[in-house]
Amino acid sequence: MLFSFRMLATRALSLVGKRAISTSICLRGGHGVAKVDDYALPAYFDRRENPLPDVQFVTELSAVQKSLKEKEKGSWATLSNEEKIALYRISFKQSFAEMNEGTKEWKSVIAGMFFFIGMTGLVVLWQRKFVYGPVPPTFESEWKEKEVQRMLDMRINPVEGFSAKWDYENKEWKK
Amino acid sequence: MHCGKYIKSQTVKLCIVVLHIDGIRSPLASRCYSHAKVETDEEFDARWVTYFSKPDIDAWELKKGMNTLIGYDLVPEAKILDSALRACRRLNDLASAIRILEAVKDKSGPHKDIYPYLIQELQPTLIELGISTPEDLGMDKL
Repeated sequence: MLFSFRMLATRALSLVGKRAISTSICLRGGHGVAKVDDYALPAYFDRRENPLPDVQFVTELSAVQKSLKEKEKGSWATLSNEEKIALYRISFKQSFAEMNEGTKEWKSVIAGMFFFIGMTGLVVLWQRKFVYGPVPPTFESEWKEKEVQRMLDMRINPVEGFSAKWDYENKEWKK
Repeated sequence: MHCGKYIKSQTVKLCIVVLHIDGIRSPLASRCYSHAKVETDEEFDARWVTYFSKPDIDAWELKKGMNTLIGYDLVPEAKILDSALRACRRLNDLASAIRILEAVKDKSGPHKDIYPYLIQELQPTLIELGISTPEDLGMDKL
C-alpha cells in the first residue's frame, strides 16, 4: 500500500516537470499576473490635510494642455492668469475654497427637526382627545378650595412654607 | 534641593526629592520623563529646508514632504516654503506651488494674520519665480 502511494506521488511530480500540470502561476507563460483594479491604484482626492495628491486630476491631456505643460517648463512669468489657472485645473479638481465650501444641508436638518416636532405635537393632541380619560375630580376648583382649607387647618408647613403664608387673624393670604 | 533615597515599590520606582525650605522638609515626587533630545525649532526648520533643497528632488518626494509638513501641528516658516516653491520650479510644477500657498493659508486656520505675513516674506521669491498667489488668480473665491 505504502509503496503504491509513493509511486503515485513521484509520478505526479514528474508530470509537473513536463509542464503537464500547471501548479503555479509562473508556469502559465506570464499570463498569471493578477488584473489591477482601479481601486488598487493611487487615486486622486481633494483633502485639506493632503494638499498634493498622488496623481494629477486630469490624466489624459488634450493637445492644448500638452502645449501648456511644455510652456510651463519655461519662465512662469510669461504665463497669463488664465494659463496658470488652466495648469492648476489640470493637476487639481477643486481649489481649497471649493473643497471647503459648506453645503446647504443644515437647512434640511432644521426643516426636518421642525417637521417631526410638529408631527409629535399633533400626536399628543390626538392622544389628549381620544386616548386619555377624564381628569380626576380632585382638579376641580371647588375641590381645590376645600383641599387648601384642610391644609391650612392642619397647619401644613407653618414655619416657612404653606401655612406660614396665611394670615390666620385676618383670614387672608399674607401680603 | 537634593535627591533623597530611592524607594522601590512593587510596581513603581519613585525618586523622592526632598526640598529644604527654611528647615522644613516637604517631599516632592519627580516624574520620570523621557530623556530623548528634543529638536529645536531651528533644527526642524533647517531639516525641512534641506529636504526641499535637494537639487534632484523628484515629484513624489515633493508631495510626500509637503503632505507630511501639512500634517504637523504648525504653519511652516517662510524659509521652508521658499525651499518648497523652488523645488516646484525645478520640477516645472506651477500648480503645486499655488496649491502649497493655498494649503498654508488653510493651515493657519483662525489666525488670519499668518498668511499675509508669509506672502510678504515670500514676495521676492514669488516675483522671481513668477508664481501668482491664489488671490491674484481669484482662486480664493468660489
